[in-house]
Amino acid sequence: MSMNPVDAAAKHTPPSVARRVKGLSDKTIAWLFVGPTIFLLLAINIFPLIWTVYLSFTNFKANRPNREVKYVGFKNYERILNDADIWLSMQATAHFLIWTIVLQVLIGFALAWLINRKFKGNDMWTTIIVLPMMLSPAVVGNFWTFFYQPQIGIFNYVVSFFTGADASSFEMLGSVSLAPWSIVIVDTWMWTPFVMLICLAGLRSIPDYIYEAAAIDRASKWRQFWTITVPMVLPFLMLAVLFRGIENFKMFDLVVQLTGGGPGSTTELASINLKREAFEKWRTGYSSAFAIILFVTVFGLASIYVKALNKVKER
Amino acid sequence: MKLRQLASAVICVGAGMGTAPAMAEDLTLCWAAWDPANALVELSKDFEASSGHNMSFEFIPWPNFADRMLNELNSGGQLCDLLIGDSQWIGGGAESEHYVKLNDFFDSEGISMDDFAPATVYAYSTWPKGTPNYYALPAMGDANGWFYRKDWFAREDLQAAFKSEYGRDLAEPKTQRELLDIATFFQEREIDGKKVYGAAIFTERGSEGITMGATGALYAWGFKYENTPGKYDMEGAVNSPEAVEALEFYKELYKCCTPPGYTDSYMGESLDAFKSGQVAMAMNWFAFFPGLYADPDTGGDKIDFFVNPPQNNPGSTLGGQGISVVSYSEKKDAALEYIKWFADPAVQAKWWSVGGYSAHNSVLNDPSFVESQPFAADFLLAMENVQDFWQEPAYAELLLAMQKRLHDYIVADKGTAQEALDMLIEDWTEVFEDEGKL
Repeated sequence: MSMNPVDAAAKHTPPSVARRVKGLSDKTIAWLFVGPTIFLLLAINIFPLIWTVYLSFTNFKANRPNREVKYVGFKNYERILNDADIWLSMQATAHFLIWTIVLQVLIGFALAWLINRKFKGNDMWTTIIVLPMMLSPAVVGNFWTFFYQPQIGIFNYVVSFFTGADASSFEMLGSVSLAPWSIVIVDTWMWTPFVMLICLAGLRSIPDYIYEAAAIDRASKWRQFWTITVPMVLPFLMLAVLFRGIENFKMFDLVVQLTGGGPGSTTELASINLKREAFEKWRTGYSSAFAIILFVTVFGLASIYVKALNKVKER
Repeated sequence: MKLRQLASAVICVGAGMGTAPAMAEDLTLCWAAWDPANALVELSKDFEASSGHNMSFEFIPWPNFADRMLNELNSGGQLCDLLIGDSQWIGGGAESEHYVKLNDFFDSEGISMDDFAPATVYAYSTWPKGTPNYYALPAMGDANGWFYRKDWFAREDLQAAFKSEYGRDLAEPKTQRELLDIATFFQEREIDGKKVYGAAIFTERGSEGITMGATGALYAWGFKYENTPGKYDMEGAVNSPEAVEALEFYKELYKCCTPPGYTDSYMGESLDAFKSGQVAMAMNWFAFFPGLYADPDTGGDKIDFFVNPPQNNPGSTLGGQGISVVSYSEKKDAALEYIKWFADPAVQAKWWSVGGYSAHNSVLNDPSFVESQPFAADFLLAMENVQDFWQEPAYAELLLAMQKRLHDYIVADKGTAQEALDMLIEDWTEVFEDEGKL
């Protein structure tokens, strides 16, 4: 008769440990195990969150610790919600978020669909395509500033080659109309491979027999694509959109390196604005309120989205 | 035998200790990473030799200098024993007690602030402004000035073309408007088969660049921060008709005469544009002028310098810094020793000779000073009429507000100059209200 694994493990418990835990209930022992993790979670995640909420109702400035901290009620929230500049940065964030997701999903899915077709050099192409996402955003931002340089940048020369326009006649990073697109292009270049990989996983999870059955039923390739491929890849695609959405909502490094939020405040995304308020102007109370608003926005949108994702999965 | 050797070793070590200074310390001096910092490293070797202290240096690139150092001070960090901090930090440094007040030390060591140029003492050392409360010793006098391609200006074909177009000789501009004419003249002109541009000016958004550049024009038009000093009454001063005109001028200069892609440029970009032969003129801090003059390609007889031209009145944007002892340092005595050594007139003279800009009267008033460097006379002239940004403890908020309004108007074509300055007053009013000063 084989012994229960728990009893077997207990049999090997050193006597000193056994003496210490003797008399403790399973629940207590379980708490002893998870206790440190819960403590760390509270200390690193929950406490700062609660502290940020508290600070958001004060006029605290981290660079002026000697100054009297006053309770200001909802004044910080009121200021933020009535600040036209904040809304402009939210618009810039929305533009960046929507266009990067649209482009990355379309291009990423198309690439995944192409890569999924067996051909010679398939693996090599996959490796080449995923290279950009392996790079540091700071490095990517830096070398794209050179690509976009109007006098020596390769991007301007490529555009000039195809359109015949003078290469130095337009400035991707310095023009108010082009700068928002310049950051969308770079983020799409860098992160489309990520969407592609997730879509590829989705495509490869579709069993061949489904397509075979559809073919026997004389379903066209077009019909197979819309009734088999798209619905079965959709949960993967939605997951990719969730990841990219959250990432791009808090996008900072790449855009700071590329435009620094300029020209003017054209590409000043919410996260860049927040950083300036918190760590350059040192308006800690105000920036805490802004951070809470952003957190609630992301959390709320993500929760709704996850519910939708679960519904799609259940179908 | 072994015991005897050990005893000898102990005696030798003891004797050695006897000759070393009683309290040899490792001092760290923090500053921005630029040409004068390298000169200071050389200069400080004399201090190491005379004091026995060891000097280490922490030099931060300019774009990150304020962020990095202010974080260090705000967190009570002990990285720096000595800090050569920007002039605008003096208010925060004093009120938040980041800097050691130096009055007693100056008195006990016989260091007189009367020995330093008054403008530098006012700007780099005092808080509240103009009061005899000293938190720094003037370390590096500096102002925003201009340099140009002397060899291009001297060319006969260009002289003739300029004269026919503007009716005067192509020479160093006497006014801001003349500067614009010259920049316009050179813009996209072919020189030796290469397209060149008018001027490299400051347009940087992230730290302080566009403010430091545009205030060069604003001060020349007579810009004031307040109607009455200390009253924070900005309406009519900050947005005066002269200020609006100056800002429109700076935008015109940016639009007409800078190289393509010059939308986020500061010191480094200005130096690059000039050294690569792209521009006829460039603005930058005097601190860089020794290096520019020494440049093998565009320095020497190819370069000359001029002070920021006046328009309604003379005025230059103040740069430069004072040296302070950080109150969180555990080596304050040794740090004060450094200050005492640095204040010595002989050290100050050497400071100027190795590439630093002394603010000591004995150096500046020396009859040979004007001839000592091709930019020395311009430096003196600039320092007579310098004006600085707010030096309030909340200067970072004030500066970032101005960066935003100026960049929005000048580079991003948002609104008018009048609107930009009106909104700037609103921003600054909010800051001063938060500070309880309005």
